[in-house]
Amino acid sequence: MRDPLTPTIADPDPILTAQNVTKHYGERIGCENVSFSLWPGEVLGIVGESGSGKSTLLRCLAGIDRPTGGEILFRHEEEMISLFNIPEPTRRKLMRTEWGIVHQNPRDGLRMDVSAGGNVGERLMDRGDRHYGKIRSSALDWLTRVEISEDRIDDRPRQFSGGMQQRLQIARVLVPEPRLVFMDEPTGGLDVSVQARLLDLLRVLVRDLGIAAVIVTHDLAVARLLTDRLMVMKGGYVVEEGLTDQVLDDPHHAYTQLLTSAVLAA
Amino acid sequence: MNAAQHDPDYNFGYLDEQTKRMIRRALLKAVAIPGYQVPFGSREMPLARGWGTGGIQITAALIGPEDRLKVIDQGADDTTNAVSIRRFFARVSGVATTEETSEASIIQTRHRIPEKPLDAGQILVYQVPQPEPLRRLEPSEVETRKMHAWAEYGAMHVRLYEDIARFGHVATTYSYPVMVNDRYVMSPTPIPKFDNPKMDDMPALQLFGAGREKRIYAIPPYTKVKSLDFEDHPFTIQSWTEPCALCAATDSYLDEVITDDRGGRMFVCSDSSYCEDRRAKGHVGKELATAEALAYVDSVEGASHDA
Repeated sequence: MRDPLTPTIADPDPILTAQNVTKHYGERIGCENVSFSLWPGEVLGIVGESGSGKSTLLRCLAGIDRPTGGEILFRHEEEMISLFNIPEPTRRKLMRTEWGIVHQNPRDGLRMDVSAGGNVGERLMDRGDRHYGKIRSSALDWLTRVEISEDRIDDRPRQFSGGMQQRLQIARVLVPEPRLVFMDEPTGGLDVSVQARLLDLLRVLVRDLGIAAVIVTHDLAVARLLTDRLMVMKGGYVVEEGLTDQVLDDPHHAYTQLLTSAVLAA
Repeated sequence: MNAAQHDPDYNFGYLDEQTKRMIRRALLKAVAIPGYQVPFGSREMPLARGWGTGGIQITAALIGPEDRLKVIDQGADDTTNAVSIRRFFARVSGVATTEETSEASIIQTRHRIPEKPLDAGQILVYQVPQPEPLRRLEPSEVETRKMHAWAEYGAMHVRLYEDIARFGHVATTYSYPVMVNDRYVMSPTPIPKFDNPKMDDMPALQLFGAGREKRIYAIPPYTKVKSLDFEDHPFTIQSWTEPCALCAATDSYLDEVITDDRGGRMFVCSDSSYCEDRRAKGHVGKELATAEALAYVDSVEGASHDA
């Protein structure tokens, strides 16, 4: 485990690089000229009010939507590949194996009519695993790691509470051992105590596995707890960027100052 | 059993010649890419979609005056659907029909493959209600086409996983998905999984038509067809504890038949032609007499009334 305040760059090459990523919806700006790099094991937070382009940017980075301009480079087998210049089947394969997406709403990331074990095991079957016993035991292992009890393995996500569904989604995303995880408001819609446990879990998992992560949130407490670096967005532009504690404790941009001062003192 | 003359009010085989050409082109493409679903312009037929219009259109496009047609429904030659379709083709084409599997050049089927092995030169035409094996997992046609194009078939095993998790074994008994020629996952239509092994390396040509869904696909002769399974849960077919009650066959697919309202039942071959053939050769099942008494089968003494 490393100290999140000092970015130790053991691996000098970034795993993900965005260069002037721009996405327009017709006349309207989704996000404009976003550039950054992400190193293995690092957690980047994107904060901003709703409509500031956070999710748009995330969808571009994750390969779901094609950006209007700019380039997204992903390091795959010691080579930087441009995400939207490779054939679609290759991109879809990377999406399933090299990175994962945790959706805000678990319904978007889970098969609701397939059991918890099937949901977690699907990624292994995608990869070509064809041994039922092994698939089931690694599904069990992952359910335990996200604190879902073993006797719920054959229940469907419908029968789970919101917090459990979100944990199940996280297990499904992490089971193929991705190198990069995108999370869109992973704690949205959960009550405070469930949020806290989920955040604890995420922190442990991300640190233990050394996964790089991009987390979109409007909750500054989540950002402070989970992220190493922070990007503040407004109206599609990145207005401030830096180490999380620096940005939150000493905000420079007027909008960031407004954002940090708007946090309720607990 | 040459039943009828060609009714001159209809074009030979009911469909017009341009439609037949369109279907033949789709068939050629389907044979060239085993297991791939080829879209085609399915026509209105004189019966409702979902009642076998896909198979009927393929048969109509293939059939020639020299052909001999057999039609089976659930294995039997004498069920309503089979009788109607056979009579339809007798009227619109005047071709000879038969119930004898080995005599037929075209066999149109719903839900079964005949027990008697087919020969090279024969054509088996299946009626398909739902051609897309991935449909229950992925509702979007755009998405399923991509999954087929790039052989992304991991989700297919989720269905089998769910069965094993819930029942301890793969409980899918019909429409059991197969991998054709190591490339395309294909739905073998609602045939029982008992028939899946017969599709592998079959000398006859197998054609599949889905009229409502407007798809045609095919398995050329001698093509590898493998049923999907797990390493530790290999594919198995159904088995029965007793032989056929009429012909004592132990190697055929059996239907359960209720014989009275006091719980009486027997298991008989679903392939009626196979069963008759065996009885004619002198095989006697232990409940043949009961079945004759119920007029379920014609008695051997030569009563010729229709069942």
